[in-house]
Amino acid sequence: MTLETERCGANLIVSIDGELDLETAPVFRDTVDKKLNQYDSVRHLILDLEKVSFIDSSGLGAILGRFKRLNQQGGRLSAIRVSRQILRVLELSGLLRIMKIYDDRRQALDS
Amino acid sequence: MNNYLKLEFPSLPPNVGLARLVVATFASQLEFTLAEIEEIRVAVSEAVSNCVIHAYPEITGIVVLSLTIEDSGLTIQITDYGKGIVDIEQAKQATFSTEPEHMGLGLVFMESFMDEMELKSRPQEGTTVTMKKRPERGLADDGISRNN
Repeated sequence: MTLETERCGANLIVSIDGELDLETAPVFRDTVDKKLNQYDSVRHLILDLEKVSFIDSSGLGAILGRFKRLNQQGGRLSAIRVSRQILRVLELSGLLRIMKIYDDRRQALDS
Repeated sequence: MNNYLKLEFPSLPPNVGLARLVVATFASQLEFTLAEIEEIRVAVSEAVSNCVIHAYPEITGIVVLSLTIEDSGLTIQITDYGKGIVDIEQAKQATFSTEPEHMGLGLVFMESFMDEMELKSRPQEGTTVTMKKRPERGLADDGISRNN
């Protein structure tokens, strides 16, 4: 799995490429936490899931952990370009109660 | 065509992805759709992750993966010899997890994505999870042939 991060105002956009599971979830957690520590003004996390080929509860747990941190500061969590298969796992997990889904980056930034 | 495969590996995180790959390849002998294969991959990932996180939290132990194709259905059995589950009903509750950063959804995903899931565990002896799935397409074909 590889990650690309980009700061856009109060938003941190994280593009994930590959599988988010028990092995890779710590990499996601550490990378995002490092960026959140680096940018005090970041409040919202936007996950670009277009290139995520697999996600399980370990990956979802890492995402939830980052949301809990941002939520304490009034932040939001959203995801863009989500495949049908990944969406099904997100639905079943209940994560969609706290995560907004958008078609693309522009929609997520405008929300 | 009946077939089987048995694989033993240490409870290391990289082997979670390896188990998914092996099971998906083995399952492709049946007429599963891509969506069904994805469901199987999630269920296997959860079961093997549980071995790494819960069965052997402080040591690396043995995980045994057994796959069987019989009567056009897939049976997956994953066994560990770790610390076992004290209360299976409690473990099945969504959002119950003994570990931080984990959602406690592993068993929920296994039950939701497979046709059958059975959990047997003894504290300090280990756990065996058995999951079964048949291709929906194969069942539809059976129906057509019976009607003809």
